[in-house]
Amino acid sequence: MSCKDTQELLDGYLDGELDIVRGMEIESHLRRCPACSQVYENHQALRSAIRARAPYFKAPAGLHQRVRSTVRQASKAEPASRVVTWRAPWRPAWNLLGLAAALVIAVLTWSISARLWSPSADELLAQEVLSSHVRSLMANHLTDVPSSDQHTVKPWFNGKLDFSPPVKDLTNEGFPLVGGRLDYVGNRAVAALVYQRQKHFINLFIWPAFEGPGIAEKTVTRQGYNLLHWTQSGMTYWVVSDLNRGELQQFVQLVRSSAPLPTSP
Amino acid sequence: MGEEIKFGSFEQVVLPHLDSAYNLARWLTRNDQDAEDVVQDAYLRALRFFDGFHGGDARAWLLAIVRNTCYTWLQKNRPQEPTMVFDEEIHSEEGSSLSPETLLLQSADSQLLRQALEELPLKFREVLVLRELEGLSYKEIADVADMPIGTVMSSLARARARLRQCLTNCLTKEPQR
Repeated sequence: MSCKDTQELLDGYLDGELDIVRGMEIESHLRRCPACSQVYENHQALRSAIRARAPYFKAPAGLHQRVRSTVRQASKAEPASRVVTWRAPWRPAWNLLGLAAALVIAVLTWSISARLWSPSADELLAQEVLSSHVRSLMANHLTDVPSSDQHTVKPWFNGKLDFSPPVKDLTNEGFPLVGGRLDYVGNRAVAALVYQRQKHFINLFIWPAFEGPGIAEKTVTRQGYNLLHWTQSGMTYWVVSDLNRGELQQFVQLVRSSAPLPTSP
Repeated sequence: MGEEIKFGSFEQVVLPHLDSAYNLARWLTRNDQDAEDVVQDAYLRALRFFDGFHGGDARAWLLAIVRNTCYTWLQKNRPQEPTMVFDEEIHSEEGSSLSPETLLLQSADSQLLRQALEELPLKFREVLVLRELEGLSYKEIADVADMPIGTVMSSLARARARLRQCLTNCLTKEPQR
């Protein structure tokens, strides 16, 4: 993470409002960068000055009583004033119209926001895949079988999964195989293959696809990570990495072209 | 809802947040008497809208009403006071030379902090008070101050940068006077 990115997110970090991945990225940047950690110290100094010494204005003693009695009076007077003074002849129709409009708006907003906010199955999977990727890098548990030899990694999955994932070393293409790992995504055990591109790790998750039409390639970006997924020859593939999209796409093409061809037309 | 019952639950749910209401109104109006008037008005509005309150965080709900009442009040009584903020560039900080700034900020006293906060534009003052003095989350600030949650962090960042600038300016000039 660059100094600019870090300083832009520093307030969110200070307020504890960043997700865990971003938070850790900031922390590791602050450990390495004296300039940014100085800026962070200033942020903290300002915050503690405000919290410790900026005045908090408590309501004056008389106000509590005043508000209480005003509210009490109003809650008694309110129904009467509504009936007597506010109801002009045109008012009921106007009210109904307003109510109808409000209902229409409410329903529209609800349906739009429901569409926007309810996560699809894909989005849930993307979140799981991403979490799994981050965890694999965080907890020092990247691989169960560390090997760049596809003939070691592929048989290792025998007996651990009810399918045999295609495994191909891509060292010659610039994506050396680092190893394999058992993982659990979408309520089932899946194969995770780990590849490397310079300092970036790529997790490739594979599991048998559901019956039905295959999915062409789809790309998602989440919290700075790129995720791609597709189905091919009865398998679902998910790829996740912090690698840039172009190179990740290149990796995907390599995986796709090395995967077994469909058995039936 | 019977009026007695309504008043009873209103009293239990909303009245306990009087301090928060007053604190926000006092910071936004910068005047004791005006803040009292605004709070009283806000409570009347809150009572009127109380049927529409279906649980959740009563304090954030009340603060949204207080904040809107303040804005209405300010527009009516102090139309010359700008409520919008000009979009200005705040210079990005350069780390290494700022070490004395930490010490300076630590030395800011109550009087100076109050003055510097009161001089901030309304929108900046508002987010800082909600965050630092009321301890609201970004989501709650977005609801109260009626802004998209995505802009809460950038508003806070700009408000803090402005406040830091103001405090360090005051504190570095002071000894020369």
